[in-house]
Amino acid sequence: MNSGILSFENVTFTYNAEDEKVRPAVANVSFSIQQGEWIALVGHNGSGKSTIAKLMNGLLFPGEGNVKVMGQAMTEETLWEIRSQMGMVFQNPDNQFVGATVQDDVAFALENNGVPHEIMVERVHEALSQVKMEDYKDHEPHHLSGGQKQRVAIAGALAMRPKLLILDEATSMLDPQGRTEVIETIRRLRESTGLTVISITHDLEEAALAERIIVMNQGRKHVEGSPTDVFKRGNELTEMGLDLPFAMRMTHLLQEAGVNLQEEHMTDDELVDELWKFYSKA
Amino acid sequence: MMEKMIFGRFIPGDSLVHRMDPRAKILFVFLFIAIVFVANNAIGYAILLGFTLLVVFLSKIRLYFLINGLKPVFILLVFTFFLHLFFTREGDLLLSIWVIDIYEEGLRQGIFISTRFLVLVFITSILTLTTSPISITDGIEILLGPFKKIKLPVHELALMMSISLRFIPTLMDETGKILKAQMARGSDIGSGPMKERVKAVVPLLIPLFVSAFKRAEDLATAMEVRGYRGGEGRTRYRQLNWRIADTLSLVLLAGLTAILWYFRT
Amino acid sequence: MEILLEGVGYSYAENTPFEKRALTDVNLHIPSGSYTAIIGHTGSGKSTVLQHLNALLKPTEGVVMIGERKIEAGVKAKDLRSIRRQVGIVFQFPEQQLFDETVLKDIMFGPLNFGVPEEEAERRARELVVQLGLPDEVLEKSPFDLSGGQMRRVAIAGVLAMEPKVLVLDEPTAGLDPRGRREIMDLFHELHVTKNLTTVLVTHSMEDAARYADRVAIMHKGRCMVTGEPKEIFSNEEQLGDYRLQAPRSIRLQRDFEERTGLKLESISLTEETLAKNIALALAEEGRGSL
Repeated sequence: MNSGILSFENVTFTYNAEDEKVRPAVANVSFSIQQGEWIALVGHNGSGKSTIAKLMNGLLFPGEGNVKVMGQAMTEETLWEIRSQMGMVFQNPDNQFVGATVQDDVAFALENNGVPHEIMVERVHEALSQVKMEDYKDHEPHHLSGGQKQRVAIAGALAMRPKLLILDEATSMLDPQGRTEVIETIRRLRESTGLTVISITHDLEEAALAERIIVMNQGRKHVEGSPTDVFKRGNELTEMGLDLPFAMRMTHLLQEAGVNLQEEHMTDDELVDELWKFYSKA
Repeated sequence: MMEKMIFGRFIPGDSLVHRMDPRAKILFVFLFIAIVFVANNAIGYAILLGFTLLVVFLSKIRLYFLINGLKPVFILLVFTFFLHLFFTREGDLLLSIWVIDIYEEGLRQGIFISTRFLVLVFITSILTLTTSPISITDGIEILLGPFKKIKLPVHELALMMSISLRFIPTLMDETGKILKAQMARGSDIGSGPMKERVKAVVPLLIPLFVSAFKRAEDLATAMEVRGYRGGEGRTRYRQLNWRIADTLSLVLLAGLTAILWYFRT
Repeated sequence: MEILLEGVGYSYAENTPFEKRALTDVNLHIPSGSYTAIIGHTGSGKSTVLQHLNALLKPTEGVVMIGERKIEAGVKAKDLRSIRRQVGIVFQFPEQQLFDETVLKDIMFGPLNFGVPEEEAERRARELVVQLGLPDEVLEKSPFDLSGGQMRRVAIAGVLAMEPKVLVLDEPTAGLDPRGRREIMDLFHELHVTKNLTTVLVTHSMEDAARYADRVAIMHKGRCMVTGEPKEIFSNEEQLGDYRLQAPRSIRLQRDFEERTGLKLESISLTEETLAKNIALALAEEGRGSL
């Protein structure tokens, strides 16, 4: 089996492993992510998705099974090498901003990896232009909006030219505008560089943009597939405390109201299309 | 009150003083503190005062802001003045009202000491007002560089300082927020008897600590994931730039010392 | 209880080099018993207005009337506590204000500060915990041992326990999962009706504003630009665009549907449910639906 850029092989992890009553936070989870994919990992709070994030970057090591990044198993020895090739953006925009100004923060990982000064200057500039924050390079974090801070965090990851970018609930504390900014930034990056992206989120609107969705529930992989396939499970997802994309909710509500729609719709346009066909048919 | 205070704060700008190398500015301030003690007569202090006003002028910080923002410090200054005025009993008796006797030496000392105090406060304020905290940290880190040989954790200290500086505004905002939230629940630190006020501190401090620990934990994770493993093998993004103006500022200081020495009695 | 802002201006750090203007000539009327949503882009001054509603901030210009009380720029106001007892605020991420040893004590903190007798405060706390859908056992637990969602509910209970006449909500559901969001917003609406409250909701969610509010005010660059009924405000997409806001999704979909089919729906659909009903109705009238 091609293990791709990142793979989990029968991974189980239990906090307090000595205590037998404790249910594993992640139980026998396997998946693999290929170069250039955009994957969304969704689940309710406590579904195990944040533990998976920690297993991905070596903050935790699996109790059983293997986590492999670019073919290398994650161990104490390979950890730093692996980390230098993956970027990660966390939930709270304030708590990951290390530098005193935007450009200092973007340079942080480069400094840690001993990159020479001239190259650093180039990379910082490049990364800031990728997230459209060049004009803010001397700004201090408390003068930035949440969305801007997250874009800086993305730039900080990009400066290392990573193979893989992981967004760990990176939009959940933002206002709608901040969320749009961050999602747009990711979309553009994917178009221009084909970067592999994993978004860990409970926002299904965001997940809908991915190519593949993995739904976690109670520490297990519940289902995996394309957004359309996954969202078809409708109520099953809402029962897990997840929401459906707006167009899909509307489709269900219209069906309940007696409009005999035949298909599930992911976007407003598709939905309006079918309604229009409906209207013009008779 | 607190927000008017400018002691220790930074006002971005583009003056000659703003553009100086932080190392030069730090050295300048330390040397200046020593040089102030060379002056010991009216001419000396007048020169010091004039020199200080020149630096203020060059920094393009408005004198009004400086004076207004340093009000609490002036209370101390006035206090020092009167302390010397009332308790020095040397020289001719100038004035005697009720139990207070004012001697010539007391007046002299009062004026000299408060002038000294004033120029020191002005010059150190100019340092912090024209240099971003992070530049000060950089300057200190490099100036202390030689002490790494005797195992002084210079890099760690500098990093600690820069992270604290980075989080001060965040924690200030948070303090304000929690304070307001508790005030909205009827707790009031600003009024009532002392006992009540002390009690009102607890609902403020506990949430602050909880959140500060949470932030520290998050930050540590973020730093680790971004490859932070201590100072070894690290390169520096910020480079300091020592220019002719910086050398000149120190030369100017040497000149000042010479002049003060000349007029010293 | 009625709240009125007249010509209110506010500057942070007035008369310093750090002075920042937040509000300019804000005129806003919050009628007694109304459910008013204040919407606006980030940095539009929404949160600053909110803090004037219970005198946490004093205007630097103009007058704020809170019930019978008058807070005027430049005039020292006394006994602000009596105002705060009547106007409760649920701040954004309110779980950050939890501090006491147990959930019970934390919820009782507000009422006790305002002189409510101990038994009464405890009775309220016990009742609210149930109302907010928390299990009884949490009362004796430390608030820091709860999950994020539970902490949020405890913090909300702490404000409701003061039994305010005006309830001010600042993004009360930010960061919660969809189900929790709906439950809490529904609860606030129920309280608004049953306890005859005056409710002010500050939100980024046009959908929530459209669903729950009966009045909407738009803030933009520190000014209150317009106030009106949700139907007028949200059907004027051009105006919303000027203030960098969008109409709720149901209204945008309604517009797309009407443009595409040439049909006109009965009314402006402020919620998804109304939209579904309206579309079904329109299609049935045309005899093309399957009702």
